[in-house]
Amino acid sequence: MSCDKGCVCYRHCYNEWGVLEMLRSVLAASLFSVGLGAALPASAATFRWANDGDANSMDPYTRNETFLLSFAQNIYDPLVRRNRELKVEPALAMSWEQPDPLTWRFHLRPDVKFHGGEAFTADDVVFSYQRATGPGSQINSNFSTVKEVKRVDDLTVDFITKAPNPILLQELTQWGIMSKAWCEAHNATQPADLTKVKEENFATRNANGTGPFILGTREPDRRTTLRNNPAWWDKPEHNLTEVTFNVISSANTRVAALLSGDVDMIYTVPPQDMDRIGHTQGLKLAVGPELRTIFFGFDQSRPELLKSDVKGKNPFQDIRVRQAFNMAVDAKAIQSRVMRNQSHPTGLMYGPGVNGYTEASDVRHKYDPDAAKKLLAEAGYPNGFGVTLDCPNDRYINDEAICQAVTNMLARIGMKITLNAQTRLQYFAQISNPGYNTSFYMLGWTPTTYDALNSFFNLAGTRNGVRGVFNDGGWSNKEFDDTLDQMAVETDAARRQQQIERASKIIHDEAAFIPLHQQTVVWAYRSNVELQQMADNWFPLRYVTVK
Amino acid sequence: MFAFIVSRVLQAVPVVLVVGLIAYAMFAFVGDPVTIMLGTDYTEAQRVALVKQLGLDQPFFVQYAKFMWAALHGEFGISYRLARPVTDLLAERMPATLELALTASVFALLIGVPMGVYTGIYRTAFSSRVFMIFSLIGVSLPTFLIGILLILVFSVWLQVLPSFGRGDVVRFPHWSTGFLTTGGLKALILPAVTLGLFQMTLIMRLVRAEMLEVLRSDYIKFARARGLGTRAINFGHALRNTLVPVITIAGLQIGGIIAFSIVTETVFQWPGMGLLFVQSVQVADVPVMAAYLVMISVLFVLINLVVDLLYYAVDPRLRVVR
Repeated sequence: MSCDKGCVCYRHCYNEWGVLEMLRSVLAASLFSVGLGAALPASAATFRWANDGDANSMDPYTRNETFLLSFAQNIYDPLVRRNRELKVEPALAMSWEQPDPLTWRFHLRPDVKFHGGEAFTADDVVFSYQRATGPGSQINSNFSTVKEVKRVDDLTVDFITKAPNPILLQELTQWGIMSKAWCEAHNATQPADLTKVKEENFATRNANGTGPFILGTREPDRRTTLRNNPAWWDKPEHNLTEVTFNVISSANTRVAALLSGDVDMIYTVPPQDMDRIGHTQGLKLAVGPELRTIFFGFDQSRPELLKSDVKGKNPFQDIRVRQAFNMAVDAKAIQSRVMRNQSHPTGLMYGPGVNGYTEASDVRHKYDPDAAKKLLAEAGYPNGFGVTLDCPNDRYINDEAICQAVTNMLARIGMKITLNAQTRLQYFAQISNPGYNTSFYMLGWTPTTYDALNSFFNLAGTRNGVRGVFNDGGWSNKEFDDTLDQMAVETDAARRQQQIERASKIIHDEAAFIPLHQQTVVWAYRSNVELQQMADNWFPLRYVTVK
Repeated sequence: MFAFIVSRVLQAVPVVLVVGLIAYAMFAFVGDPVTIMLGTDYTEAQRVALVKQLGLDQPFFVQYAKFMWAALHGEFGISYRLARPVTDLLAERMPATLELALTASVFALLIGVPMGVYTGIYRTAFSSRVFMIFSLIGVSLPTFLIGILLILVFSVWLQVLPSFGRGDVVRFPHWSTGFLTTGGLKALILPAVTLGLFQMTLIMRLVRAEMLEVLRSDYIKFARARGLGTRAINFGHALRNTLVPVITIAGLQIGGIIAFSIVTETVFQWPGMGLLFVQSVQVADVPVMAAYLVMISVLFVLINLVVDLLYYAVDPRLRVVR
């Protein structure tokens, strides 16, 4: 169904409004340009978009969630941020250097003001560090290598690390800087304390950053509005004056809202509606690979599998069984039949866009069910064996369907797989630490530092309470762990790249996991909107323009 | 009379306690909120600390007793997901749900009763049959499908009504209303029709059946014999006598409408309590779920009490000493 009369009328009204807005912004720009030197682009507009869930808090330290962090960065600038290509660029820090391997010195941008008018100084950075690593914060893993943050002068801070950390900058890009004075004035020097039942933390529904947008109204689960920050330190690439973010949890309603013109963009597009939106005049789809890698893992730590008919031994400790599984899974078939081509098959535990990825190293085990069957027989399972595959059904795109396909593919080499698909709430409680109650599982991972080490360290490093927390199968390899230790402190980029590739080769040779694919990010929006789709699924409003 | 009320209120206490217990027992199967709250990238120590902080390491009955004790003092804890007091969240969303339920009920009565009367009187007319078929659709189509169909027709094709949300609301200190703005009223139409359609067809069929029954009775024949006008007979005598069961059902349905507005609120992203509940279930936000279920059970107990009292007032035979 293409656009009909109503749609035309809507556009018409919209244009009239746009003219008014333009007049207003031209006026505003001419007023401000005298003082600021940076004028708004000529036209300006309102932008309305929707997602299936809310950014659950306006406090950027309360949750380590992509959507929350991404939304918060429209309001809170970090020291360093990512540009359209996900490369690190200066934000509140203008430049940095390393006086010694353990010290990173940041030179802060002068004359930056918070939305509330407070001047931005080194004290705010030190305070934000303390708040982000203090009680109630869920983002402290970004600072695991930082020993302390010291103020040198008003516009200089030193980050002292426990050991040389080559990827410190990568780890700081999601960390928005908060105002010390504002937090202190509103009794919000800590993120929300969930044991306090009566009072609400001020920063939960209010915000005060230095970013491109100022928080207007905040109605959780319903609507949040932002308005342009005319005093932003950077030259805006966007032309938005007002932004309205709506939560529309029902997929059908979200698509209907886009089709009817109630919103300009939807962030999560249901796969079944892609064709329809793509064929609707006046709407566009943005499709790109996502950083998250979907893979399967095996329990290799227990002497006997929890959910298998093989007793007295653990078949997954035999490399031939793991190789056979790797060879039996046809990622290309999953790409074309289950994912409707919306995936990028991979042989690595991290995808394009992650530091360390090279196309040359991205090699899968060759799909060869006959050889796989032979390997299984050699390992002593000529008729296969029975094992349960644990799988979420509401976490990743088509997760249950993928598991179903893998179950069928493994049946071809004689395996008797019992599929156990559950909601993510039950699923992660079951397969994650401390129980790790799984024998064969599916997991997806986005390295929050955009660096391969993060994936290696969390998913495949030998468990020790800090490392390998998400190594749900308990794979352990000494050489691999040693490589990670070197990688963590290696400051030479070329040598570090070699270490990353060596670690990946160990995983490949050991058939420690079955890497499957990176799924695709799909956004839909009206054709009068221009935006930047990011592989990390962040949605920076500073790149949005509405014509 | 007073003793009757007291005894009913006392009966409500075990009901609420049992609902709380069942709700709490269910949460053990909903899943673990902690892994969701921690997001990606956490250490074992962080997880243990959060479990301890939320008191999830304590035995089930200790958690339940703590919850009930706090609830007795009007405290339902703080939402895991939104980090705000649950009582605030429910109070914020209650106006949306109540306004929707009220509108849906009024719609159901205003359309359902006349249609019932009409189909009862002219039961062989073609238009009556059309109404009956229409009512069959209302009874048999699931709510979410009706909602989506209405959105498709009125928002996507005709573009006359908003596809989601509550429109503009006017805020008062303890209430927000959509009744006072055009946007708010427009946004109310589709969800109210969706929510009220089932009740409307129910009331229509009920009134029709009662009308058929009453129109056959002796006093209607006598009324006809007396030479009364058709209008006086149909509305003055017949309809009035059908209304007692209709009022009872409609009253009980209001509780149902409030409690089961969950589906409608989800389809239309209506910012009410049902939507809050659904969003809380998805992340195992136990404090919100528990408070909502206890509140709904209290609501049902209250409605039943009122209905009982109405019977008491209407039917003199019930006033015999118990």
